[in-house]
Amino acid sequence: MGCLPLGYTHPRRKDERVSSSGVLIKADNVSKKFCRRLKRALWYGAKDLTSELLGRRTRRKGLRTDEFWALRDVSFELTRGECLGLIGRNGAGKSTLLKMLNGLIKPDRGKIMIRGRVGALIELGTGFNPILTGRENIYVNAAVLGIPKGEVDKKLDSVIEFAEIHDFIDTPVQNYSSGMKVRLGFAIAAQLQPDVLLIDEVLAVGDVGFRAKCFNAIDKMTRNAAVILVSHSMATISRICSRIIVMNDGKAVYNDNDVPRGIEYYYSKLNCQTSFLTGNGRATIVKMRMDSKGRKGIQTIRYRDELRVHLWASVDQMITYPTFSIAFHNQELYPISQWSSLYQGVRIKNTGSILHLQIDFNEINLNPSVYYITVTILDGDQREVLAKSFSIEKIQILGDFVAHCPVQLVAQCTVHPPNDQHHHAPSAC
Amino acid sequence: MNENAITKPLPVVVHTPESKLRSPMAMAKEMWHDLLASRELAWRLMVRDISAQYRQSFLGVFWAFLPPIAMAMVFVVLNSRKVINITETNIPYPAFAMFGTVLWQVFVDSLNAPLKVVTAAKPMLAKINFPKEALILSGVGQTLFNLSIKLVILMVVFVIFKIPVTWGVPLSILAILDLVLLGTMFGLLITPAGVLYTDVARGVSLITGLWFFVTPVVYPSPKNFPFSLLATLNPVSPILVGARDLATEGVLHNPVAFFIVTFIMLVVLMITWVVYRLAIPILVERMSA
Repeated sequence: MGCLPLGYTHPRRKDERVSSSGVLIKADNVSKKFCRRLKRALWYGAKDLTSELLGRRTRRKGLRTDEFWALRDVSFELTRGECLGLIGRNGAGKSTLLKMLNGLIKPDRGKIMIRGRVGALIELGTGFNPILTGRENIYVNAAVLGIPKGEVDKKLDSVIEFAEIHDFIDTPVQNYSSGMKVRLGFAIAAQLQPDVLLIDEVLAVGDVGFRAKCFNAIDKMTRNAAVILVSHSMATISRICSRIIVMNDGKAVYNDNDVPRGIEYYYSKLNCQTSFLTGNGRATIVKMRMDSKGRKGIQTIRYRDELRVHLWASVDQMITYPTFSIAFHNQELYPISQWSSLYQGVRIKNTGSILHLQIDFNEINLNPSVYYITVTILDGDQREVLAKSFSIEKIQILGDFVAHCPVQLVAQCTVHPPNDQHHHAPSAC
Repeated sequence: MNENAITKPLPVVVHTPESKLRSPMAMAKEMWHDLLASRELAWRLMVRDISAQYRQSFLGVFWAFLPPIAMAMVFVVLNSRKVINITETNIPYPAFAMFGTVLWQVFVDSLNAPLKVVTAAKPMLAKINFPKEALILSGVGQTLFNLSIKLVILMVVFVIFKIPVTWGVPLSILAILDLVLLGTMFGLLITPAGVLYTDVARGVSLITGLWFFVTPVVYPSPKNFPFSLLATLNPVSPILVGARDLATEGVLHNPVAFFIVTFIMLVVLMITWVVYRLAIPILVERMSA
């Protein structure tokens, strides 16, 4: 999930949360080690089991052969009404931490204190049996989640309603589409009313309409709980969370209340190789350079600065009028905005020798962040991709203003006095 | 609900690397609490597994009847052809063998149940925190359900062989439950190792195959040394033989052995329960690692 669910238009403000009742989650230098090799892992498991049965006070402090710290010295506190966002690359230790908070596995070092009822939205539809009907599985799954039967009886209709599967509720679950299964699973889990809520990304499920519903339900659940949310969607994190931990190699490398800065930090650490070339080879992008305010070959500008892009490319002589395009992608590689010579009506005549283009952007009003620039050369009517260079360059935009949307539109705004009878666009601000 | 939770003191859980054995009182309390809390889930899981099993089967309960009947028939034929020579039994041999094989089946079912349910619940264990006792209870429940079907065979045996119904019959039900607990104890004992290593499940099926022959299932308890050791050293013997004797003859021939085994079994069962609880987090770690 890379963008906001479309139907979701009601972001809850963080200050609306009920705050009281002290700390619900307290993690103190929590560490966990795992073993890379299966055979050894099983053997260590047998050994750990023995030492557990002998009542040893601690497990071995150090690492054994093939072991590594999956989680190292993570500490935080969370009160009711707070939401902690947990971000990091795959394998950074996020799920391990959730598992320990949920009491599924024990820490190897440190201490976790949890107050109140824990609810986990980590896996949906646990315990579903494919042979049984949706209705029967509601009871099974609810029992697994610890919802008593009486409560399920009362809420059965609303669960079915929420999952939108009226006609299939008495059909075996094996005949459900995967979306239906997940909807049913979510509808049941949404009945939880925990004090501590652990959410893993699974939630972004189903079609856009259902996703909006999910987010509304999660919103309700999080209002009165201490929440930990693991997600790869920075949009979700920045909307919901009031605290953030960036995980890297099992360590909490950033742990603070400043969520936007945490997200930026995560991106800056995310050194993934995203650039690559495609196209049919009838054009070659030789070089690209970015200038701004007289400085040449820059990679950093300030918000709303001008940007001049130089592009050198050679195109097959058979193509008289190639089309050039420059696109900005965000860090999740979603396209944000684009310039195209065809859209601008610029005719670029191919001479056969190396073409040198200079493209001037008067004002870059993209949110402060890092963007990847993709250059594409197409033929005249955009049927053939001659050359495409993904993430040929990276540009960082600096600034203090971080908005909800990536691109800020510039508009004229007039404030009319109250007695003004003009009808045209009085509420533009 | 949350509103209530704010006014009431919230339950506090602490997770540390320390072995729970170091605070035995807290652990005993937790065990009792979880046992009570697991009843509803155990029931649901049992109903789920049984209904799924029968809904997807054409022959249904027939499969509960078939194995003990087939096994008993083999021995009846072998005995009647004098391939094997079994000493005189107090009731007609076919009835004797049928009782024995049904009871043995109950023991084996209850022995296999814990590892089977825990293995099947691996995905659940790795993702959700729930009272783990529910799995074991649902396994016992399934064994008891199958047992209730098998009791029908035994009733038919009573009628066909005109075995007199005595006060021993209701008591034998208790002895059969004893047998189920004994099987559960052995099953629970091997579960932690069995979840880690698949060798255990293979070993168990081999051992139960041999165990059948050293238990007086299709032959009466041997009286002469050294074969009488089979009856004294094998914990299944006094319980299984006791249950059969109570049902068919109305007497318990060897009450001392019966009660000694029952007592030891209950003690070991408690210990294996503790072991199981301590083992689960470690096993979950290795499931998901």
